[in-house]
Amino acid sequence: MPSERYLFPHRHLLGIEPLSPQDITAILDQARAFEEVCERPEIKIVPALRKRLIVNLFFENSTRTRNSFEIAEKRLSAEIINFDADTSSLSKGETLVDTAMNLESMRPDLIVMRHAAPGAHALLARHMKASIVNAGDGAHEHPTQALLDAYTLRKRFGRLEGLRIAIVGDIRNSRVVRSNLWLLTKMGAHVTLVAPPTLLPPGLRDTWPGITLSNDLDATLPSQDAVMMLRCQFERGTGAFIPSQGEYARFFQLNAARMRRCKPDVAVLHPGPINRGVEITSDVADGPNSLVLQQVTNGVPVRMAVLFLLCNPHGEQVP
Amino acid sequence: MPDTPSPCLLDARQMDVHLQRLCREIVAAFGNNESLALVGIRTRGLSLAERLAVMLQEILQKEIPLGALDITLYRDDLSELAGSPIVRPTEIPFSLKGHTLVLVDDVLFTGRTIRAAMDALLDHGRPTRIWLAALVDRGGRQLPIQADFMALKLEVPLDQRVSVKVKEIDGVDGVFMETRV
Repeated sequence: MPSERYLFPHRHLLGIEPLSPQDITAILDQARAFEEVCERPEIKIVPALRKRLIVNLFFENSTRTRNSFEIAEKRLSAEIINFDADTSSLSKGETLVDTAMNLESMRPDLIVMRHAAPGAHALLARHMKASIVNAGDGAHEHPTQALLDAYTLRKRFGRLEGLRIAIVGDIRNSRVVRSNLWLLTKMGAHVTLVAPPTLLPPGLRDTWPGITLSNDLDATLPSQDAVMMLRCQFERGTGAFIPSQGEYARFFQLNAARMRRCKPDVAVLHPGPINRGVEITSDVADGPNSLVLQQVTNGVPVRMAVLFLLCNPHGEQVP
Repeated sequence: MPDTPSPCLLDARQMDVHLQRLCREIVAAFGNNESLALVGIRTRGLSLAERLAVMLQEILQKEIPLGALDITLYRDDLSELAGSPIVRPTEIPFSLKGHTLVLVDDVLFTGRTIRAAMDALLDHGRPTRIWLAALVDRGGRQLPIQADFMALKLEVPLDQRVSVKVKEIDGVDGVFMETRV
């Protein structure tokens, strides 16, 4: 628990990189209060963001992230506008800044945005008075996913510091992995990235010197407290970097045989959506070690915590 | 925060005597027929509710369910609140339905906290009735809310602050008067 004098200093959530360990702990602690709200038998809603206007601005497809944000917003009693990029003026050639200025004139309090360009959120933050939440930007960051992963791990193990966590698979195309690397290394966990050489981009250890890189999943598994499997992002061209799905699965799939190499209480995570039979088999994804559905459940209170902390003025603010 | 010496309104022993009396008043009002439960408002209201629960269990010889309420999410001034600490979970580990609840707070002032607490409670269920116990009623109400049980009733000027301290959090028991800065 941060001390009572701690105040959350951020107005935007552009990524995990700008957050301090104390900020991360504050969001995770705050999420506990919202988990209680989400688990109430009847009225799973609080008036905390009543009369606040939140715009969901999604330029890339997303089902679970968008639904999770929308549920979080509704449980906080916010007013919601869903801005669908396909049907908007953007398809008519309007620039992002013009779209932002138009939205700004409607005086939203907060904008949740997914956009393929890594700099788009910072650009919006410079042009708008509203708080900006990054709901995914290309292969750069996806901060709320890393926060809900951390919440799930902390709930399971009671801590993040000292945990050994393997992140396995499509490192090259994953924004989840970048946010998770920032978060887990800031919180003192030991991260090992496991992937074929073609999916491990160079320079990772320049940014995160403490991490371990490996091409050998079988050798890595026995020492890990948690294994986070990443989705092979075939829509982003992962197929060009692996010989075949079958060959990939032979070396990097989490299946029953590999589970026997793990600690008996190993936690299995996956940010979804799952390619069943590629990076993970169904018996593992649905098995007793899997926290996959808990990740989805925890996404709502974690996003409520983020929205709540950003919408309410807290102390002296930094970007 | 205090910048002048704080006159002590109740010391630890007096505070305990007053809590005992509050407890007896609650027993006298409800007898042993009602299914009584306590809900303390975080932070110091909860400490007082924990003590009252122990006392009530001793007198009534039965388990008294105890809940903890954080009312921050229900405040009517949330958007003007600068620098609020992290909101902690509300924990009500029993069904409110059919219970007579005693809501416990340390100081009753404007009444806005109690308004928020009642909204929060009703989102958790439908108790038979809600009564209010406060250690100190310091006057200055802005809403039509009154305490059913109180140890100390004062009319305190608005520039003064009445603060209840409890051993568990502050290291000392007592009720103090402070000048607002």
